[in-house]
This record gives sequence, C-alpha cells and structure tokens, in this order.
Amino acid sequence: MLFSGLDLNIVWFILVGILLTGYAMLDGFDLGVGILHLLTKGDEERRLMLNSIGPVWDGNEVWLVTGGGALFAAFPDVYATTFSGFYIPLMLLLVMLIFRAVAIEFRSKEPMRWWRSMWDVSFSISSLLGALILGVALGNVAYGIPLGADKEFHGTVLTLLNPYALLVGITTVALFTMHASIYVVMKTEGALQERAKGWIKNTIAAFVICYITTTMTTLLYVPQMTDHIRNQPAFFILAILNMLAIANIPREIYHGREFRAFVFSCLNMVFLLALFGLGVFPYLLPSNPHFELGLSIYNAASSQKTLGIMLMIALLALPMVLSYTASIYWVFRGKVKLNEKSY
Amino acid sequence: MILDPVILSRLQFALTISFHYIFPVFSIGLGLILAIMEGLYLKTGDEKYHQMTHFWVSIFALIFGIGVASGIVMEFQFGTNWSNYSRFVGDVFGSALAAEGLFAFFLESGFLAILLFGWDKVSKKMHFLSTLMVALGAHFSAVWIVVANSWQQTPAGFHIVSHNGVARAEITDFWAMVFNPSSVERLSHVILGAWLAGAFLVLSINAFYLIKNKHVEIAKAGMKIGLSVAVTASLLQLFTGHESALVVAKHQPAKLAAMEGHFTSAETANLHLFGWVDEKGNKTVGPAILGGLGFLVSGDFQQKIKGLDSFPKTERPPVQVTFQTFHLMVAIGMALIGLSFLGLWMQWRGTLYTCKPVLWLFVASVLLPQIANQVGWAAAEVGRQPWIVYGLLRTSHGISPMVHAGQILASIIMFSTVYLLLFILFLFLLNRKIQKGPVFNGLSGIHHDPRLTVQSREGDINAL
Repeated sequence: MLFSGLDLNIVWFILVGILLTGYAMLDGFDLGVGILHLLTKGDEERRLMLNSIGPVWDGNEVWLVTGGGALFAAFPDVYATTFSGFYIPLMLLLVMLIFRAVAIEFRSKEPMRWWRSMWDVSFSISSLLGALILGVALGNVAYGIPLGADKEFHGTVLTLLNPYALLVGITTVALFTMHASIYVVMKTEGALQERAKGWIKNTIAAFVICYITTTMTTLLYVPQMTDHIRNQPAFFILAILNMLAIANIPREIYHGREFRAFVFSCLNMVFLLALFGLGVFPYLLPSNPHFELGLSIYNAASSQKTLGIMLMIALLALPMVLSYTASIYWVFRGKVKLNEKSY
Repeated sequence: MILDPVILSRLQFALTISFHYIFPVFSIGLGLILAIMEGLYLKTGDEKYHQMTHFWVSIFALIFGIGVASGIVMEFQFGTNWSNYSRFVGDVFGSALAAEGLFAFFLESGFLAILLFGWDKVSKKMHFLSTLMVALGAHFSAVWIVVANSWQQTPAGFHIVSHNGVARAEITDFWAMVFNPSSVERLSHVILGAWLAGAFLVLSINAFYLIKNKHVEIAKAGMKIGLSVAVTASLLQLFTGHESALVVAKHQPAKLAAMEGHFTSAETANLHLFGWVDEKGNKTVGPAILGGLGFLVSGDFQQKIKGLDSFPKTERPPVQVTFQTFHLMVAIGMALIGLSFLGLWMQWRGTLYTCKPVLWLFVASVLLPQIANQVGWAAAEVGRQPWIVYGLLRTSHGISPMVHAGQILASIIMFSTVYLLLFILFLFLLNRKIQKGPVFNGLSGIHHDPRLTVQSREGDINAL
C-alpha cells in the first residue's frame, strides 16, 4: 500500500478539518457580510456590500458541499447520524442557503424600493440564521449528543437547542461578523469603509466577550474538551497563538494594514478550529451522556482502502483547488467597483 | 398509508432531484455552446459572436445560480433521509461524490467568477480558458454523479463486509467501481441529453428573435450553432440509447421487462410504439413490432426475453410508470432527430429564418429535451425498484430510521414552497433577459443603466 505506516484515519480527521476551516474562513466572511448588510445606508452601499462578495460567494459554499462529501466518503456513519439526527435544523439551513443565494442573485435585478428591501432583509436574516445553525451544530458536536449503541441519535430538536450549543452558535455569529467587518474594510473605500471600521471595534468586543464566556463555560461544563491540553501542556501554545492572533487584529487595523488584519482573522479561525478538533479528538461525534458510544475516527470510518484512494484524490485535487482559488482571489483583488455586470 | 416514511422520503427525493435536474442539463449543454461561441469570437473577431457570448453567459449565470441553490440539497439529502443507505454505500459511493466536489464544483464555480465578472480584468484568451474550464467542470460533475448512480444500478468492484452484524459495501477495486458495467453508456447518454437541452434552449430563444424580427444577425448565427449541436447530439443519442438498453438487458432484466411491459417469458418479446400496461391482466396493449425487443437485444426476432413472470412480485418494479416514462423518452428522442433535420434541411433551402410556423415549433421545442431528460431518469430510477442498490439493498431498508414521517412531510411542504418560488423567479428573470436581448455595449464596458448612480459611474471611469 502506498500510504503504509500512516494512520489514514487521523489524516482524514485533519483533512475534513481543513475543509471545514476553509469553509469557515471563506464562507464565514460572506455570511458575515449578510449579517452586517442592513447596517449600511442607502442603495449604493448595499450594492457595494453584495458585490464585495459577488464573484466568490458560491465558490466559498463549495467548501461546505465538498466537506459534506468528504465526510460521507471518509466517515459515512458520522455523515449518516449527524445529518439524519439534525434533520430539522439542517433542512432550515438548506432553506436559508437557498434564500441567500436567491437574494444575492435577484436583489438588484429590479429597481423598486420594496423589491430591494425585501431581498435585503432576506439576505440578512438567512445569513444570520445560517451562521447560527452552523454554530449550534458545532456546539452540539463539542458537547456530545445522546447516541445509542445503534449509532443513531436518540433525542429531539430540543436536545440540540441546549444552552451550551446556543452559546457556541452566538459566538460563531460574532466571529463571522467580525471577520466580515475586516473584509469589508479591506474591500471598500470612503464612507462605507469608515462605517465598517466602526463595526470592527464593536464586533471585536462582542467576539472577545463571547470567546471568554464560551471558554469558561467549556472549562466548567464540558471539561472533556480540554483533556488533551491538560495531558499534553505543549498544546496550550495553540490557545496562546489564538489569543495573539485576536489581539493583533486591532493593531493591524490601527496601522491601516487591512489585508494583514484579514489574514490574522483567518489565523484566528485556524487556531479556534484546531483547538476544537483537539478537544473532540479522536471523536467526530462525541456521545453524551454515554461517552463510550461516541462515533470516533476509528469506529465510524470507511475501509483503509477507501481512505487511501481518497487521499490520492485529495492530494491530486487540493493543490489545483488551492491554486485556482488563489488566482481567482488575485484577479478580483482590490477595492470593489460597480459596473454593468454587478449585482 | 400516506404517512409512510419510505414513500415520503421517495417523494421528497423525486421532488428535489427533478427540480434540480432542470438546471444542470442546461448548464452542461450551454457550457459546450458557450465554448463554441466564444471560440468563434476569438477566431473570427466578429462582434456578433461577442454579443452572443455575453448574452448566453448571463443566461448561464442565472441557470447556474439556481442549480447551485437546489443542488446543495442533493448533497445533504443522502444523510438526512437515507442514512441507512449512506452507511451501506459510503465506502463506495462517497468517494465518487467527494471527487465530484473536489474536481468539478471548485473548477466550475471558481472560473464562473471570471466568466461573469472578469471581462475587463483578464485577457480575451484567459477569459476563453475560463469558459472552457467552466464547461469542463460542468461535464465533470456529470461524470462523477452518473458513476455513483450507475454503481447503484450495476454494482461492481466491491465486497460486502459485516461490522458488528451490520453489513456494508466496501471497495475492492476503484477503477472497477468507476467503470462499472453501465457507467460509460449511461454517462454518454446523460451528457448527450444535456447537450440537447442546451441546443434547443439556444434554438428556442433565437427562433423567438427571428419571429419578432429582433437581433436578426445574431439570431441567425445562434440558430446555426444550435442546429449543429442538435443534429450531432440527437443522432448520437440514438446509439447511446441503444447501448444503454443493451446494458439494461444484460444486467437488469426486470427493468428491461418493465420498460417494454413484457410479462410472459415464453412469448416473443414485442417492441411497443406506445401502449397501456394492464398490470392485473399481465399484458400490454398497443401497436407493437412483434418480436422487436428480441431483435434489438440479440438481432433475432424469435429471441426469448425474460418476462416479468420470471421475477417474484416483490422484485418487480412498478411496470406502468417504467413503461410510460421510457416510451415517452424514446418518442421525444425520435421527434428531436426529426426536428433537427427539418431545421437543417430548411436552413440549406434558405427558408428556415422566415418560416414562422417552423420557428414557433422551435420556440416550443425547448420543453422536449427537458421532458425527455426527466422521464428518462424516472424510467431508470423507477425501473431499479424495489432496490436502492440493485440486488443488494432494498429502498425500504435505506431510509433514516430516526426521522419521523411528520418531519419529512414538513420538509416536503417547505421544499415545494421554496422551489415554486424559485421557479417563478427563474422564469421571470429569464423572460427579462430574453426581452432585453443581446445588446451589450461591448466597447466601453460602461452600460447606460439608470440604476447606476453618478458616483459609481465615475468609479468605473477611474477603473478603466
């Protein structure tokens, strides 16, 4: 076998993590732009907001689709249990993603005020709810959900709406909104940019409060998330790097280095999700209260053969994906301008 | 009975996949045609091809947008409604789906950005390259999804492994899975179906312009491109259709028997032009070529074909639906060949662009490949029943055991509402684009659109 000596299950845990991190970094800012959308003044600012994400938002969503596909292929039991267990929230998420896509496409197609306001509100609400549902789902994964020996979810929608999951949901909204404020500052100029600089101050404050609250709640109520760090203190460096990344964002903004601020906001997400992954490892879907029934990277995985084939596919495809994603962002670099092709 | 989770989940899947499938066939077909149009523009430098490309890129964008919005549902739905199926096939099916995401979707959505928004940002050649990449991505997505579906029809390259008493399919040979017995035939059939959908969309809109005497030069050139794709694809479709039927005959005999409503193994197998299946009386009535099915499968009119009586009732697909959808698809396929050649002949005679009745026929013809694509898939999928993976897993065993009928009913109602809204919006915007027509002012890049404020126009000028 080509990859002998390599623990393919761990490799795929990391690869799924990379896809989800890619999704958070990219779709995170366009969901956040949606959440901030209604805070702008006037039609032109709203069009600038939409067009700042115009060429890239649907490519960003592909990261979620591919992440779902990778989960299906590498860890079918996790895919099956999560998606059927989270049935109602997932259906809601799908409808929100559809509404968002439609709102972006259709908003500027008609000049009527009521038409544009209607889609502005749809865009904003669907972005907000989409981010919230993703965050609540993440919170449930961290907390663990009631799984049976049959690998199925034994709970209801109310089980998923527990306070801890909701807290993680709100934190996710704050995170995406902060990320988007920085993105808007980077992509715009003039009055809108000044407005967005104000958003950065508020959203950083909101995110830091959420971050501290979530961390304390996790230490108190979900202590298993920190087991690996307790056992191996070297991992604590991730938490420190995370805090440094957050602290550096206002500094870069102050010096007018918007792109670097955005990079540090991305790094913040990388460290956050690395901490999250470390917390749940080796589980992908921990069980609570019966910890031993959790779906791990070993009892929920595809065969070694499939994991090996998939790794070949990923090694072939990821460099291509990364290179043309990067070149497309390069083509559309700089401040957003409106023209006849704009939304 | 109506609140049976199996029926509801099947209903939901039928609803979401049928709606979704309107759009990818257009984007695959238009992908090819866009590449032809922009290629002609690069080669000739003729402004009409430039206008045409701009126009069809904007139609493509609309179709692609709704395709993405409705397609995300498909990716999630295996897990939400068919969790047992997902556990059973994940090891095999999942890798094809992940490959689709990695190879096709990123390519398509990434380069679409340049196609739509990059006219002024990259060179003409780079823009053309992006068009090729988008077309390639659209075709790739068909490759992987048809491979995955073909594996459900004719599973290969796997073995069944039991983990703690739960059986699942695990891959043994990746290439045998990819090139399972029906992949190539079905893929070529599906792609040609998509080319036909694209070609007749182009023909339909251009015929409309000719009738209205608008954009005449562009419309004539567009008709030519549409006709050449239509003639090629409709003829080739005859062969891939026949090849696909041979694969069904060899690997899914119950489906073949249902497609022709052939009940009695001992009798010669007839080929019906159309008909009605009497499922209680075990016979099919309608005009038929006696022994025609035997002839098509083996070249011999006397050849006996396995009838539905060779299969226990619990292993037969619904006959009427399979028969009717299959026959409608074949009939439309023949009509498309006729229509394509009628257009070609009249073009050669020089009468096509002025003959209004025929032009109206082409306007309406956009529906035909769409219907054929839909009912063709229905025949393929209904004919596979009662299996979700042929011969291995029953559809009724594939559902999500923890999802209640009420939840599924709620999601069906939700999707129906959302899709209805989406479809109305789609038609509304498509109509607007058609009314506006290919009138892009290609010289300045600045469009005199009252929606743009003075300020943003200045921004444009600064950008130039």
